[in-house]
Amino acid sequence: MSATSFFSRLDQIFVLLRNWLVGFLPPTMRPAAGVVLAVMAIVCVFPGLFALTTVFERKGLGRMQNRLGPNRVGPFGFFQPVADGIKSLTKEDIVPISADGLVHFLAPLVLVVTVFMGFAVLPMGRNMVLVDMDAGVLFFFAMGAATEISVFMAGWSSRNKYSLLGAMRAIAQMISYEVVLLLSTVSVVMIAGSLSLPKIIDAQNQYSWGLPHWYIFTPWGLGAFIMYAIAATAETNRSPFDLPEGESELVAGYHTEYSGFKFALFFLGEYLAMFSISGMGTTLFLGGWSAPLAALNWIPSWIWFFGKVMMSIFVFIWMRGTLPRLRQDQLMNFAWKFVLPFTLLNLLVTALWRFLGEGWQRWVLCTLILAAAYVLMGRAGLYRKHIGPRSYRYAE
Amino acid sequence: MNVVFYLLAALTIAGGLAAMLLKHLIHAALAVTVAFAGLALLFLQLDAQFAGFAQILVYIGAVAILIVFAILLTHGAELPRGGVFSGTWFVGLAIAAGVFAVLGWAVLQSVHALPQQTAAPAVTVHDIGNALVGSYVLPLEIVALLLTAATIGAVIVAMHEKAGQK
Repeated sequence: MSATSFFSRLDQIFVLLRNWLVGFLPPTMRPAAGVVLAVMAIVCVFPGLFALTTVFERKGLGRMQNRLGPNRVGPFGFFQPVADGIKSLTKEDIVPISADGLVHFLAPLVLVVTVFMGFAVLPMGRNMVLVDMDAGVLFFFAMGAATEISVFMAGWSSRNKYSLLGAMRAIAQMISYEVVLLLSTVSVVMIAGSLSLPKIIDAQNQYSWGLPHWYIFTPWGLGAFIMYAIAATAETNRSPFDLPEGESELVAGYHTEYSGFKFALFFLGEYLAMFSISGMGTTLFLGGWSAPLAALNWIPSWIWFFGKVMMSIFVFIWMRGTLPRLRQDQLMNFAWKFVLPFTLLNLLVTALWRFLGEGWQRWVLCTLILAAAYVLMGRAGLYRKHIGPRSYRYAE
Repeated sequence: MNVVFYLLAALTIAGGLAAMLLKHLIHAALAVTVAFAGLALLFLQLDAQFAGFAQILVYIGAVAILIVFAILLTHGAELPRGGVFSGTWFVGLAIAAGVFAVLGWAVLQSVHALPQQTAAPAVTVHDIGNALVGSYVLPLEIVALLLTAATIGAVIVAMHEKAGQK
């Protein structure tokens, strides 16, 4: 077996494994069994990744805050998620006496199920997509929108003012930033000309001079990616947009009244949403499973996909360790007065890029428009704030 | 007509009935969400991906949220004293039956108006997009203008109250 065929087999190892396993069944059952196997893989891999990420996050945050982080369970504390899992399984499941039992029970289930559905359309490697849907992008965001109702169900059914306030904040934030999330995606759809995720990756999986044609390396793509990243952070309620569960104000937001395994499900849902939205960002802007250099194409595609997703997760953790939490009015002003206008302008620039055709002119023109808009909007925003030397009444 | 259709139809109708009969307004709103989800699944069962996902995105993601927000912000969640049925429920029933009859009649008539098709037409999202910005661009723009006007109107209504308080 030559080296190239070995690497191309390693690239397809999961597809080959599935076909080998399905081969034991009669031919009529094979398609259904293949789908079941793929679903099982998704349901096993991402919670496993979640367990790894929790310990990674706690150790990373510890390092940023000059402490050790978890270091008691297993070597370097790496079995901490196992201990956490056993703890949440054995804890008593407490439901408040005035809570709405059925809705309270259904909320975490709806959240986890809708979040898992989003993974169905993400291509995790060459030929590794569960359903190649014609309207994959639309499906993904439809599932993302459906999680909002579960947040409301959790907050309302708990009969707790902190839960309800947290849910209201979370929904207001998710709706505001969902607009931006969708509009920044539209730029990519306009250029790729398709709502199918494998087709979007195919459009980016080309190289000139050994460098990839990822959308992040174009002026409009960079703008859209930054807006997407901001909106994704807000959609997943991560710091600095973690007001819905700001523990100094709201105890724990909409999942205050959840304990034991139901709380663990909310935690799982939050991290799975991070994975899926990072996977979507990777697919849209970072070339999905394609290698960053043409010379590195021999490395299996799924390594690139999961590597890029874990890089995005690291950035999420890094921001959590760095930035302070916003105030509710700052959050809303930022969404509607800066991010949304900039995304709309970016959409126009994308259309300009599409119709200027090949050549260096479009690079210069689009970069100039976006840079000028960014600088002018920033200056205008600062000018209105009247920022000057501060005076402290009691400190002087 | 198969088992899946009957299951989805039962889910949709159960959601609609629950929305009408449940005592608590929030429960009714959540039941409407179930009915919306059933409708979306029915669209998907008919291979209408765009309509199905748009139904989920718009109705479950936005309209259902709007309904529960409206209920919570207007303090209307308490059970009204006279029960959930309004005194003029039979008028509502008559109007609903009339609308249903007209729609049903139109759908049944369209069988004769359109030529018989042997195979189901394969409409992709690509075709829908082309049609929207091609032959239907004027209606699309009019709807966009109408929605913009409605949004500005809503903002003005909300601003007026705030200015009056000062």
